[in-house]
Amino acid sequence: MEALDILLTASFWVAAIRIASPLIFATMGELICERAGVLNLGIEGIMTAGAFAGWFTVYAGGDLWTGVLVAALAGAMFGLLHATLTVPLGLSQHVVGIGVTLLATSLTYFTYRLLLPEVTSPPKIEPFQPLAIPGLSSIPVVGEALFTQTPLTYLAFLAVALTAWVLYRTPLGLAIRAAGENPSAVEAQGISVTTIRMGAVMAGSALMAVGGAFLTMSAFNSFFFEMINGRGWICIALVVFGSWRPGKALIGAILFAAFDAYQVRLQQITGGVVPYQIFLMMPYALSILALILVARRATYPKALMIPYQKGER
Amino acid sequence: MRLEPKPAPALVVALLYPIAAIVLTLAFTSLLVLAAGASPFSVFYLVWRGAAGSQFALLETLTRATPLIFTGLAVAVAFRAKLWNIGAEAQLYIGGVVTVVLGTGLLPLPSFLLIPIIMIAAMAAGALLLLGPAVLKTRFGVDEVVTTLLLNFIVLLFVSMLLEGPLKDPMGLGWPQSSKVIAEAQLARIIHGKRLHYGFAMAIVSAFIVWIVMKKTVLGYEMRAVGHNPQAAAYAGIPVNRVLMKTALLSGGLAALAGFCEVSGLKGNLTLDLSPGYGYSGIVVAMLAMLNPIGVVASAIFVAGIFVGADAMSRSAGVPSYIADVMVATALLTMVVAILFTRFRLRWK
Repeated sequence: MEALDILLTASFWVAAIRIASPLIFATMGELICERAGVLNLGIEGIMTAGAFAGWFTVYAGGDLWTGVLVAALAGAMFGLLHATLTVPLGLSQHVVGIGVTLLATSLTYFTYRLLLPEVTSPPKIEPFQPLAIPGLSSIPVVGEALFTQTPLTYLAFLAVALTAWVLYRTPLGLAIRAAGENPSAVEAQGISVTTIRMGAVMAGSALMAVGGAFLTMSAFNSFFFEMINGRGWICIALVVFGSWRPGKALIGAILFAAFDAYQVRLQQITGGVVPYQIFLMMPYALSILALILVARRATYPKALMIPYQKGER
Repeated sequence: MRLEPKPAPALVVALLYPIAAIVLTLAFTSLLVLAAGASPFSVFYLVWRGAAGSQFALLETLTRATPLIFTGLAVAVAFRAKLWNIGAEAQLYIGGVVTVVLGTGLLPLPSFLLIPIIMIAAMAAGALLLLGPAVLKTRFGVDEVVTTLLLNFIVLLFVSMLLEGPLKDPMGLGWPQSSKVIAEAQLARIIHGKRLHYGFAMAIVSAFIVWIVMKKTVLGYEMRAVGHNPQAAAYAGIPVNRVLMKTALLSGGLAALAGFCEVSGLKGNLTLDLSPGYGYSGIVVAMLAMLNPIGVVASAIFVAGIFVGADAMSRSAGVPSYIADVMVATALLTMVVAILFTRFRLRWK
């Protein structure tokens, strides 16, 4: 029973929402790219770059929101690189994506070593603090879980709402979705597919970077090597799991994070009988399982990974 | 702005593009070196000297190139059929696991039997590891990029579990490492007293075999056809899924050999730092070689040289050795652009 009681505690759900937050940012970022027709495998590296850029800005004396902005800008720059190579030049999105991840990761590590050559233990910053929303936060369990988070988590939920609103309620969103389904129709409207796709990749990459920054500026307070640890790849699975819809992807991210928070607690209960690695494997295994479950009914954006050349069919 | 196909340029002109890519890579990394307060010329000279400036340096580069040739071949084979195997890292570790499972005394056989048995078993394990994602791709339409990437993390945790459990060296003072493989399971050194081992020779032979498979066999032809256009290949009667399975087996097996060679030829045992990302660097190696198996040997030596040289340079010049990773990643991106411009020209309108 002890194992099930966990699910009813507020602290468990607070942790789940916290774990979900970086995934929500990055999943929305990837979703925007893919809705416009571009698979962005730069995600893992862009999150790493964002985690460092945001953290270092604060470490160097900037305030927290400046840090978030710098992280987003760093993400957008790598997005611009990715988009330039994959959209107008139409290069393989697989190869370029992996290349951007390798470049962003290595540049981040290089810069870290350059700027902090002497450190042995990672220096700390004063991260975002929880901000309880008066009234709402006193609702038992649900209110506590959702409304005693840091401002960056609230921003993550806002990002979902904004993504959904832009995609489904604005002409821009229509153009983005059409660029991923039927690019010639977009061009026929006199809108440039290249511009739409590049913009989507840059905006999406900025969100990914903020997702990375959440880890160094809200969940933890310092930057570690390999701290993204496959979260980017998990987000790619979450986009598929959420059938490319912001709301479903949000639910997927929260379910996933709840499972992750649960395995940590289960690990404590089982007390070393099961090797801890089994628990650590679960998030990755779960992502693969989720992909298999939805694969048969997944409806990919039809033009995903297909470069568009004006005047070609 | 649009791309227009252009006639294939003369060989001399065609070579200018990759050269431009290298120059661009050097220019970009020079900026980083300047930011680190060092002189690019002396840094690049130190990298060169560390990679090829002495017999020791050169042998070290070839030693480091050995696993990269295998992972590069694994990627080249898979990418040729557009099977996006990003999981060479996991397949390498599985190869290492099989090597220590069989090579630490379980099979008391002479070398000439034991080494081939371990090699075949390692290849089989690596092949099966990639077969999973390949089946998921062909049966369920699950993108293999994500599954192979996620498997990298799962397998590394699996190895960690083994090294703290059944495979843990009882004499290892608590470190998560396996016992050493027995003498019969070790690959001999090519030059006595140096680190370069016969795994390097095996890597060269493998590259030739893969080249023959790709260029001279029906399977190679089918793999290229599937990679070029799967619909057309299916229309022409090529069993696309079966070809993808065979590609996966070959690719996974090659990557596993990297793990076998590192354990059996160099390290002697399995640890969690067996590979500093050879699986991922293999992607760069394969792309720089334009997926040509013979080219993989050259590009693996080039990439290994950058890593070995940068390690040496970093010790004396104080520029972080991550400059090597930046250089290699930049080279990958500039090279794919360069290759594009050998076939297309940009038209602004």
